[in-house]
Amino acid sequence: MTDKSGQALDLDLPDELQPPMANGEVLFEEPWQGRVFAMAVGLHEAGAFAWSEFQNTLIEVVGEWDQSDLTDQPYLYYEHFQTALGRLLDCKGIVSTAALTNLTNELAARPHGHDH
Amino acid sequence: MEKSSAQARAEALESLLIEKGLLTAEVVDDLIVRYNERVGPMNGALLVAKAWRDEAFKQRLLANGSAMVDELGFEGGQVDKLVVVQNTDEVHNVVVCTLCSCYPWAVLGLPPKWYKDPAYRSRVVREPRAVLAEFGTIIPQGKQVAVWDSSAEVRYMVLPQMPGAWAGLSEDELTARVSRDSMIGVEVLVGD
Repeated sequence: MTDKSGQALDLDLPDELQPPMANGEVLFEEPWQGRVFAMAVGLHEAGAFAWSEFQNTLIEVVGEWDQSDLTDQPYLYYEHFQTALGRLLDCKGIVSTAALTNLTNELAARPHGHDH
Repeated sequence: MEKSSAQARAEALESLLIEKGLLTAEVVDDLIVRYNERVGPMNGALLVAKAWRDEAFKQRLLANGSAMVDELGFEGGQVDKLVVVQNTDEVHNVVVCTLCSCYPWAVLGLPPKWYKDPAYRSRVVREPRAVLAEFGTIIPQGKQVAVWDSSAEVRYMVLPQMPGAWAGLSEDELTARVSRDSMIGVEVLVGD
């Protein structure tokens, strides 16, 4: 096992378009991952939930994957992170899963060129 | 470009949170900058460099890691309790979070991808020497390997051993040489 996360994303882009890195490492492979991470931290800092509540939900979500029959699939950490955040917000009555799913479907259905 | 469902879901969530007045796009932008620029392994490296040069600081760091994080004003407040474990001639320490991705953000930034990977999470506990060898780190048979499982309550960081060749270097020179992986415990520093 070697740390290939830097090299794996050998994007042939000019420097100013490279994803952000720290210690030579790509922090977020896609911009939405950084935004979901920042939403979780921002909500915690605004007092919406204790960090341990989020951490426990993430442990639950990751545990479900570890026990599932999907373990031969690629491990998509930020999708689990996003699932955990959605579950916690639903649980706390902050954003319902139904409202989130509706808007997600609406946004995903937009024609190309109308997604900004 | 095809919009992934994860991306659409993230966009939908941000829009709902902004609508409810719980977050703003600026708060999200600022947090991304914070984690890209100010919260990272350079903070842990500074603790290590200080500990190597100052025995009293080292004792305080080993006694209460969180207090040193506060004292130096590092951001990344999710470190409820930081425990620093010291490598010695007898023991090599390595850190994992078996359940998810707990990691001392304030001193190491966000975890590398492999740290969150199921293979690392499960294997480093069962066969630490074999996993370390895959990182190119061979621990002599006579030396004990201790595996520390970080959790939401306690996060661990390794205080690596200083290569003898680095004696006499300044705090800045040492800080620049302490790698993130040596503070997770998957690397042993070698003098240059």
